[in-house]
Amino acid sequence: MGGAGITRRSFVRGLALGGAAVALGLRGESRAAPGRAPQTILSGSEFDLEIGTAPVNFTGHPAFAQTVNGLFPGPVLRWREGDTVTLRVTNRLPVQSSIHWHGILLPAEMDGVPGISFPGIASGETFTYRFRVKQSGTYWYHSHSHFQEQTGPFGALVIDPAKGERDPAGRDYVVMLNDWTDMDPARIFALLKKDSGYFNLHRPTLPEFLCDSSMLGVRGALRERAMWNAMRMNRRDLVDVGGFAYTYLMNGITPAGNWTALFEPGERVRLRFINGAANSYFDVRIPGMKMSVISADGQEVHPVELDEFRIGVAETYDVIVQPEEDRAYTIFAQSIDRSGYARGTLAPRAGMQAEVPPLDPVPALAMTDMMGAMADGDRAIPGQGVSDMHQGRMSGMDMGRMVQAHHARSEYHNPGVDMRVDMPRTNLDDPGVGLRDNGRRVLTYADLRAIEAPSDAREPGREVELHLTGNMERFVWSFDGMKFSDATPIRFRYGERLRIVLVNDTMMNHPIHLHGMFSDLENEDGEVVARKHTVNVQPAQRVTYRVTADNAGRWAYHCHLLYHMEAGMFREVVVA
Amino acid sequence: MSARWLLASACTLALSAHAQDAMQGMDMPSTRGSEPRSPDYSDGYRYGSMRGMGMSDESAQGMLLLDQLEYAHDNHGGNAGFVDGEAWYGKDFDKLWLKFEGRFGDEFRTEAAWDHAIAPFWDTQLGIRHDSGSGPGRTWAAFGVQGLAPYGIETEATFYVGQDGRSAARVQLEYEALLTQRLILQPKFEMDLYGKDDPPRRVGSGLSRAGFDLRLRYGITRQFAPYIGLAWQRDYGRTADFARERGEHAHDTQIVAGLRVWF
Repeated sequence: MGGAGITRRSFVRGLALGGAAVALGLRGESRAAPGRAPQTILSGSEFDLEIGTAPVNFTGHPAFAQTVNGLFPGPVLRWREGDTVTLRVTNRLPVQSSIHWHGILLPAEMDGVPGISFPGIASGETFTYRFRVKQSGTYWYHSHSHFQEQTGPFGALVIDPAKGERDPAGRDYVVMLNDWTDMDPARIFALLKKDSGYFNLHRPTLPEFLCDSSMLGVRGALRERAMWNAMRMNRRDLVDVGGFAYTYLMNGITPAGNWTALFEPGERVRLRFINGAANSYFDVRIPGMKMSVISADGQEVHPVELDEFRIGVAETYDVIVQPEEDRAYTIFAQSIDRSGYARGTLAPRAGMQAEVPPLDPVPALAMTDMMGAMADGDRAIPGQGVSDMHQGRMSGMDMGRMVQAHHARSEYHNPGVDMRVDMPRTNLDDPGVGLRDNGRRVLTYADLRAIEAPSDAREPGREVELHLTGNMERFVWSFDGMKFSDATPIRFRYGERLRIVLVNDTMMNHPIHLHGMFSDLENEDGEVVARKHTVNVQPAQRVTYRVTADNAGRWAYHCHLLYHMEAGMFREVVVA
Repeated sequence: MSARWLLASACTLALSAHAQDAMQGMDMPSTRGSEPRSPDYSDGYRYGSMRGMGMSDESAQGMLLLDQLEYAHDNHGGNAGFVDGEAWYGKDFDKLWLKFEGRFGDEFRTEAAWDHAIAPFWDTQLGIRHDSGSGPGRTWAAFGVQGLAPYGIETEATFYVGQDGRSAARVQLEYEALLTQRLILQPKFEMDLYGKDDPPRRVGSGLSRAGFDLRLRYGITRQFAPYIGLAWQRDYGRTADFARERGEHAHDTQIVAGLRVWF
């Protein structure tokens, strides 16, 4: 942002906020730590929460964040499976607010979505949430009012299993990722409507074209671009808002501030990653250390050893690490468009830090992100950037079973729909744009294997197919080409087991979140592999999951990218 | 050249714009599927009456773009200030759209239209145009298409019908070549055609005027970009004669400097 008066570098890294911030974790009782108080954890079954504002300064510019009990992120709430929790939430903002308990199975009127579950919490009012906790694991909570997901009432939920932790770790930390901006999110939305490329720092340039021309010839360079140019799309259109506006935070602390978690060498450390961002995907790794994913969206999975995972907005992953050496390790979470990163440190002592790796090259979408299973593996999209050679090399990768997409009538002759994918890819083993063939072992949905069998063994009685649609240029987003206001609710018959088929007819990732009921993710053979509350659908991909409609009432169902949701990529589900 | 020819050429442009769209909204290849399905899974259920939903999908937005706010110095020693801009207000698919272009204190074109999205990259515009300055005022009914052609070419093609059997057409093509993320070269081509002579406004029938501009701007911010540029303009046919009769030049080369700003 021009005229901001601070360098780009300090903007990305943020201000240090006076030295190291050290946390002792959920198990390291709250002794005072140097530099900064440890994360606030509230445990029990009765909670008084207050939504308000507090001054913050992450970028060199003073701003106001929205807070829970004066904290940004809000306190970690620690519940116990089987307890009935009571949460009295008072709204001290001048406008309506709300708290939604993301991924929690509860009665519809406790779900906290204004306009669907309740009328919201008016300024000065208190709403009492009360429900029995029927699950365990890592979740989070956030406001569901207007653009408040961007500005801040949010925090982590940690639910202890009734029968004790299967895989206890010596230390246990929440790692909450989010994207901070000094800009008013309503203004961000308006800017995207006026110029959808406003925040893109990687628009294709003429010199890149000339550079490609010198290698491939002008014709070659043109041919590489032909499809994208004909479609008037940008293959580096990876996010709507990136580091141009965002400073990425880990537990509310800038990269320069360096949130630090302590360990004893040899100790097993559980890190509960939560993507609490409004609009950002993160690729997370800890250079020099293997991570073992043990839980996804709060649901235990068979451990998977890996180097890196992508976490979509609103997803959670619990990983176990076991640092053996007496040295610091960087927790590195770069944004999908490589415009910035959140960073923290695992260290045996406060004040240590390890090398921070450089951002990976800016990736470009591959043919498979546009054409699904019809992409010709050998015809990569080479050209700009080092990584592209890898990006495009999809030959040999199986795009999965060929399944024809059934487009909705409303997707045709619709200025809000800029593409449709007839033959989507169905394989789950693609780590996604920017992570393909990067030399690291990267998590994919194909790696997820739930420990518990699905609670409902019935075959789905029917299918509901929904397409994720949009027009990137106009910044219009919808399901089946129909925005929320133009659509009708989706009815689930009470008690039924049904299959949701999602086909992504866009070139962006969309994290799709169903409230009130779990999404039992299927592999391409239709077997349930994992249970999630937020399912990421990659560009030109088809993903299916089963839902048991056992929770009566009205529920929100939407893309968890805040600006897509607000643009209308949202449905109401009625279970009746 | 007749009005008929003009109408034909304007329509061809508009139709080719439509044809582009048949191609796009683009069915990625293309075993074109079975019958499209219904998007309605409601079983007759409708939204409830709960208050509090604050969805922005039907919110209206507005924009003011001063694409050119500039000072021009021509090769005959003349100096003048120009403006070319547009403003819109409305929802995703329907907007009120204003355009204005001209020389301060002289020839000026103002248009107001209902802009309606008809395809992913194309809008139709239906409205009125008023020409002021430089002779008697003229008012026209306007119908046009505006959109983004493949390769990112911003395209406008508008057909006008005026009083006394007058007709006109106007085509404008614009492109943005990024030299860097901030340094942007913007070529622009414009062409004005008229169905019949309009001597009081010194306009001749047929191709009346064509212009090619090249502006190099530096985006200090996305919304604030000073620029320098060159503009070539040439009058044709009777329009050129009218200019020469008045001792003016039918060719013009200008050095321009100005600002591109939007809000």
